[in-house]
Amino acid sequence: MNALSREQHTIIALVQDRPGVLTRVAGLFRRRGFNIASLAVGASEQKGLSRLTFVVTGDQYTVEQATRHLEKLIDVVKVSNISEEDVVARELALIKVRTTPTNRSEILEIINLFRAKVVDVGTLSLVVETTGEEEKIDALYDLLRPFGILELMRTGRVAMVRGKTGGRVSDDVGADALIMGRNGATAELAVGSAPGHYEGV
Amino acid sequence: MEMTGAEIICESLLREGVDTIFGLPGGAVLPFYGALSGYPKLRHILVRHEQAAAMAADGYARATGKVGVCSATSGPGATNLVTGLMAAQMDSVPIVCITGQVPRAAIGRDAFQETDITGITLPVTKHNYLVMDVRDIAPAIKEAFYIARTGRPGPVLIDVPKDVLAGDKIEFEWPDEVDLPGYFPPGAPDPRQARAAADLINRAERPVILAGHGVLISRAWNELQELAEKAQIPVITTLLGIGAMSTEHVLNLGMPGMHGMAYASLAIDRSDLVICLGARFDDRVTGRLSDFAPGAKIIHVDVDPTEFNKNVVADAPVLGDLKATLRALIPMVESNVHLDWIKETDTLRAEHPSLFIRKSDVLLPQQVMKQISDETNGEAIIVTGVGQHQMWAAQHYGYKEPNSLITSGGSGAMGYEVPAALGAKVGRPEKTVWSIAGDGGFQMTLCDLATAVENNIDVKYAILNNGSLGMVRQWQDFFYDKDFFATIYSGNPDFVKLAEAYGIRGIRVTKEEDVAGAIQEAMETPGPVVVDFVVKEDEFVYPMIPAGESVHEMLEEPEAEGVGFERA
Repeated sequence: MNALSREQHTIIALVQDRPGVLTRVAGLFRRRGFNIASLAVGASEQKGLSRLTFVVTGDQYTVEQATRHLEKLIDVVKVSNISEEDVVARELALIKVRTTPTNRSEILEIINLFRAKVVDVGTLSLVVETTGEEEKIDALYDLLRPFGILELMRTGRVAMVRGKTGGRVSDDVGADALIMGRNGATAELAVGSAPGHYEGV
Repeated sequence: MEMTGAEIICESLLREGVDTIFGLPGGAVLPFYGALSGYPKLRHILVRHEQAAAMAADGYARATGKVGVCSATSGPGATNLVTGLMAAQMDSVPIVCITGQVPRAAIGRDAFQETDITGITLPVTKHNYLVMDVRDIAPAIKEAFYIARTGRPGPVLIDVPKDVLAGDKIEFEWPDEVDLPGYFPPGAPDPRQARAAADLINRAERPVILAGHGVLISRAWNELQELAEKAQIPVITTLLGIGAMSTEHVLNLGMPGMHGMAYASLAIDRSDLVICLGARFDDRVTGRLSDFAPGAKIIHVDVDPTEFNKNVVADAPVLGDLKATLRALIPMVESNVHLDWIKETDTLRAEHPSLFIRKSDVLLPQQVMKQISDETNGEAIIVTGVGQHQMWAAQHYGYKEPNSLITSGGSGAMGYEVPAALGAKVGRPEKTVWSIAGDGGFQMTLCDLATAVENNIDVKYAILNNGSLGMVRQWQDFFYDKDFFATIYSGNPDFVKLAEAYGIRGIRVTKEEDVAGAIQEAMETPGPVVVDFVVKEDEFVYPMIPAGESVHEMLEEPEAEGVGFERA
């Protein structure tokens, strides 16, 4: 299992490519008070469908509610909470580091150590590209920070459930699950996550 | 035959079985109205404010079980729908709204009467559409009606730019089916979930059924009665569940919660199983969540999975259409008599007589509601807004039939009662329809008396006139040191003269002995009538569980006037 913080959950949503679908998703999270730590959007293997990877911060109650509310959106075809699954999770980052003639080799050494790439070289800076789990990016960032970070750009997590060794495709966010529909996913309802309390309204 | 977008809308509405549209035209939607005038089968009822269009469509939908339809123009016409959409969304009412939009080329340029109505209505619709191509109109309408009426119903808005309404003509094609890969309204429940629920019911010694709006939406009132009778389980109805079981049924234990009957709230408190059928554990029902039904297991049947564990954690959640679920459950539930428990609820009823109306020299609003109930034999459709009048209408009217109380529940929208009653009467012309209003709510939407007059919609309007925002005043009295700031209406019009100004009968009642006669006169007078019941200005709704508290903090009756109660 991925070394995720207990408070962070990875949710994948397959959505129809329709105008406003991101607004619907973002608006839902805002008005229900769910926090998005990161959001990555891109095409899926199916025409007309995009795949969103969310990292949602919150307790079990929040993530259950967020997942079900996402499923309720008409343009959302399928939602999976893959926090408990064996997943491949990656993020891409571009880091622009301040350089001087004296420290450049030291920086390149760190970059090599992380198997990151230099994708642009300026007279006073380097742009580094790195891909990996968030912790790796965090670690590289921390090591480069003493040299001076001029700019940082992170894509947010994209994630996928690993294939089973028997060769069967195990990503239940794919076409098989789509044909089965969503009812299968909601038949087993988690019991026991308690809602928060509030003063009378 | 080739048609414009506007004509395609009309044809599509006919295919969906629409007979009535509540609306008010304007520039951007005019091409639709141009086509509509050629479709006499689509009756257009011209309102005076678009909020009334949405709320009338809502009242029509609740009274008939069909999808209500309304229309408005772009910009302010569309934004005026918003409160009505919220009411429909909160109470799961199927309506479809068609709005005009500025021409496609003008969108995003702050054109005259342009607003992003699909953006504005995201939180108050089940779904919405901005149709940018005439070929997408028919599929959008088919989808909109399907989405509005299936699963957990709700409002759907379709926004159509003017040049899509009046631009290219295309061949009209009505799609055979909807294409919604992300929408699967649940049907029959998973047998394992139903079994788990049945096991809990069969083991329970002190069960109660909490019946909500879902029973009415799913038209499952017969199944509800069958289940309740088979296992002898008392039935408590939420505000929106009223009518799911006749108030005359011996197992009907009334409404719980903030202003519910004390015995209903106490029965939940003492129960060992709450069987929640199509209700959503609203804060007005539960009070403080940590003290709600402390000794009870919870079965929660709902068609909307987001309701599970939202407020109350369910021991046995059952996802499914309620009617299908009850049909699955009933054979699994063993016959039972629950003799001790039924006796205990009878005792609660006797010891906590929440519906007593005390003697008074001044006309009491409860007396008015009781009298309307008697004069209509509990068979009218009652339509209310929100506030004291709503609670007295919920308490003191003896509802016998499903869908006979139409009230703004979750949204709590004042003024709902005037237009929603129009919609209810248009949808169910054979029924007597009483709109019960406070003087506050009535003045929010009274402009639509003109709509009643113009279309001769025979609604009887009862104003429980206490010259104030009564419920707010009650909270000020209880919780804000009796500081009656901004709740006294000293400039009210003469409602009798107002009715006469609209050309209809107005009656004023100030004494209890005149109440019955006025109600009879109103019902014998053809067409809309306004009856101004001038009631005691500082009468409060009891029982009351203050917000955020529990049944143990319930105020059952006025402290200073706790003696001399007498059954009315």
